[in-house]
Amino acid sequence: MEMEEERADQSEAAEASADVNADANANAGGGDASPPAVELRRINKRFGAVQANRDIDLAVDRGSITGIIGENGAGKSTLVSILYGFYTADSGEIRIDGTPIRMAGSADAIEHGIGMVHQHFMLVPTMSVLENAMLGREGGPRLAEGERSTRARMAEVSAAYGLEIDPDALVGELPVGLQQRVEILKTLLRGARILILDEPTGVLTPQEADRLFEILEILKRDGVTILLITHKLREIMAATDAVYVMRRGEMVARRRTRETSQEELARLMVGRDVLFAVGGEPGEPGAPILAVESLGHADERGAPRLTDIRFELRSGEILGLAGVAGNGQSELLDVLSGIAPPQSGRIDFAGRTFTPASPANPSLLRDMGLAHIPEDRQQRGLVLPFTASESSILGYHAGAEAGGGIFLALAAIRERCGLLMERYDVRPPDPGLRCGGFSGGNQQKMVVARELSAAPKALLVGQPTRGVDIGAIEFIHSQLIEIRDAGCAILLVSVELDEIMSLSDRILVMNAGRIVGEAARGEADADRIGLMMAGVGEPAAAA
Amino acid sequence: MSEFAFQILLTLDATLRLATPLIFCALAGLFSERSGIIDISLEGKLLGSAFAAGAVASVTGSVYMGLLAAVGVSISMSLVHGFACITHRGNQIISGLAVNILASGLTVTLGIALFQRGGQTPTLGPNERFQPIELPFADALAQAPLLGPVYDELVSGHKLLVYLAFIAVPLAALVLTRTRFGLRLRAVGESPEAVDSAGVSVPWLRYRAVIVAGILCGIAGAYLSTAHGAGFIREMSAGKGYIALAAMIFGKWRPWSALFACLLFGFLEAASSRLIGVEFPIIGEAPTNLMLVLPYIMTVVLLAGFFGRAEAPSALGTPYVKEH
Repeated sequence: MEMEEERADQSEAAEASADVNADANANAGGGDASPPAVELRRINKRFGAVQANRDIDLAVDRGSITGIIGENGAGKSTLVSILYGFYTADSGEIRIDGTPIRMAGSADAIEHGIGMVHQHFMLVPTMSVLENAMLGREGGPRLAEGERSTRARMAEVSAAYGLEIDPDALVGELPVGLQQRVEILKTLLRGARILILDEPTGVLTPQEADRLFEILEILKRDGVTILLITHKLREIMAATDAVYVMRRGEMVARRRTRETSQEELARLMVGRDVLFAVGGEPGEPGAPILAVESLGHADERGAPRLTDIRFELRSGEILGLAGVAGNGQSELLDVLSGIAPPQSGRIDFAGRTFTPASPANPSLLRDMGLAHIPEDRQQRGLVLPFTASESSILGYHAGAEAGGGIFLALAAIRERCGLLMERYDVRPPDPGLRCGGFSGGNQQKMVVARELSAAPKALLVGQPTRGVDIGAIEFIHSQLIEIRDAGCAILLVSVELDEIMSLSDRILVMNAGRIVGEAARGEADADRIGLMMAGVGEPAAAA
Repeated sequence: MSEFAFQILLTLDATLRLATPLIFCALAGLFSERSGIIDISLEGKLLGSAFAAGAVASVTGSVYMGLLAAVGVSISMSLVHGFACITHRGNQIISGLAVNILASGLTVTLGIALFQRGGQTPTLGPNERFQPIELPFADALAQAPLLGPVYDELVSGHKLLVYLAFIAVPLAALVLTRTRFGLRLRAVGESPEAVDSAGVSVPWLRYRAVIVAGILCGIAGAYLSTAHGAGFIREMSAGKGYIALAAMIFGKWRPWSALFACLLFGFLEAASSRLIGVEFPIIGEAPTNLMLVLPYIMTVVLLAGFFGRAEAPSALGTPYVKEH
């Protein structure tokens, strides 16, 4: 869990929390007399030195959709994991329909009618939908009887809520949207009347997300109580009746959705005003620096991951690459950065041509001025047990930054790292601290600092703000704009469509390893791009 | 029936006998590994339970007491492995290795201390060993053409545990695919979080899996010292635990495929000992050492993945940690 982010002082939040509780009581008092479906009282949970949840109070009305919003690491997932019996709270009380219950494990939660759709699906990919649905409630030591009854119940529930699915399909072979459907179905089959969804739209296309919210509406009409955890303000505004805001492990506000606004919620989440439009002025594209021609790549099993990729990247522009995760974006970054070899096509970069016969390698490309902010900062961007100062020269360890000779110029590296940390607002600015000790946002800022300080001609960026809090997102975005204006060419890969749309001068859309569409700045709208991401809509037209 | 055909029949007959401990061990490994616990301690459990069977059968005079002791010892070794890997989330290879070293040292030490015969147990008498079971009509049918000798030599006349091994395979397949325990076992090896969130205890499920592995391995050990052999000999497992592990991996963690792989290894072993001293065209007399080492070479070849990559359960070897 990314709990390190809560290290900072709690005093301000604690203050806010006091008026929230008053607020919550006032709001709760307005309704009917029946007790809330779910009530949490003074929940506390600590992981080592990190207080993930502090004195959390929460009340969810029966048959409502209630949102919990907060930045990554605000403690939302921990809180619902406690409600689902996955973690045990250090102190506090859980009440279902007004009755305090004992929660020792997920079995207790299920027994009290709580179901949860986790952010990472709790499915066994090698088993069928039916087997997954049965797991944990097989109806006896032999499977045959349970299979019959589960199949029948599944047909019933599927029909009632519009959750059609083939019970004999292998879960691992289903698209993520359908896998999520299996998760929801599973909870309903277990008799859930309280449904928790943790970041349910992270892996979905906009259309799949719309379909999900339709399903949630149907469930709500049927009296199911829904708790929706997300960091996307738009979803909260569109789908919920009430919303709780969490910040740094505390519940800082409760609002009725129709009485609040995105701006207010964002301010509550971050603790200050947030600028929504970062894009600013459009870039002034110059000469092409990176050109890709009919590029193809297959994974080690021979399955094609990239097919006929072609595009041009110009100096001084940000080219956004939109797509649902897993449609070839990661592979494209690997090939462009020289980590994986292409099997066909050619790449022209800064006057040199790379083909399958003469492939590039990351260090050569880096020397030629191609920097890379990888998608997974913890696996590829940093060595977590290394100190910040050691990580600040990763990939540049043979260059002048590191001393240039056989020996590392440790003192100089340390001093330079200290300057970078100040310039890029890495907190705490201590070059001697191990990378693993920084929060996600600060780790990402260290990677950004290292790559941008090399003053690259072109920059590959993968998911620059995944798992990063809003403050750091703003900062990273402004840095990208700044280096673009300085003439750097940027290829921005992100699964956050908002990020792509607000930063990019031009947008390419990927689906199933192909570039399926292109949109210029200004003419891009989320619906059209969403359809292209889903593989419907325009024919391939990126040549 | 020609002499050649008869030799083939005898080789196949030996194949069944030699494959039996491999089958039990492979199934043991299969239950453990489908639950997500790597089990290289098959070797140690095999050796430990072979010693227990030999020693107890010799002291009590009862082969069944020997079997019981073997199963008991094997289960307790499984539990040690489980305690390290499940409860304390230790490294499963290291823990398995520790069990193997423990078994190797302890059997010799205890053997010398108890029997003063250089680590061997006393040679077992008829009541202390499993005896061949003549199936009905074996004698009468022996003279029938073709099927007669097959029935008499190949099918009939094995010891109880050999038949048990061949019954254990379909039983294991049935348990895995058609029971609640099997469903949960397969799930916990692939995705323990899913099992946990379904309200089922991951540790208890894995403990049950290693206990089943212990039972099966114990039977294999008893077979070595009280059915196949006539007493315990130092290091008598001779890598069979590892070969069974290889067979299980080659069988892609599935009972029927693992059975096939065990029979293949059994056949190689049976054939290699029969081919010693036989004159071949071109190469002349088959070298003894090469023939004996054949099953082990085959193990390496199979494990190196020359026959297609095997898909292990995805959570294999990864301790389940909920809070971090």
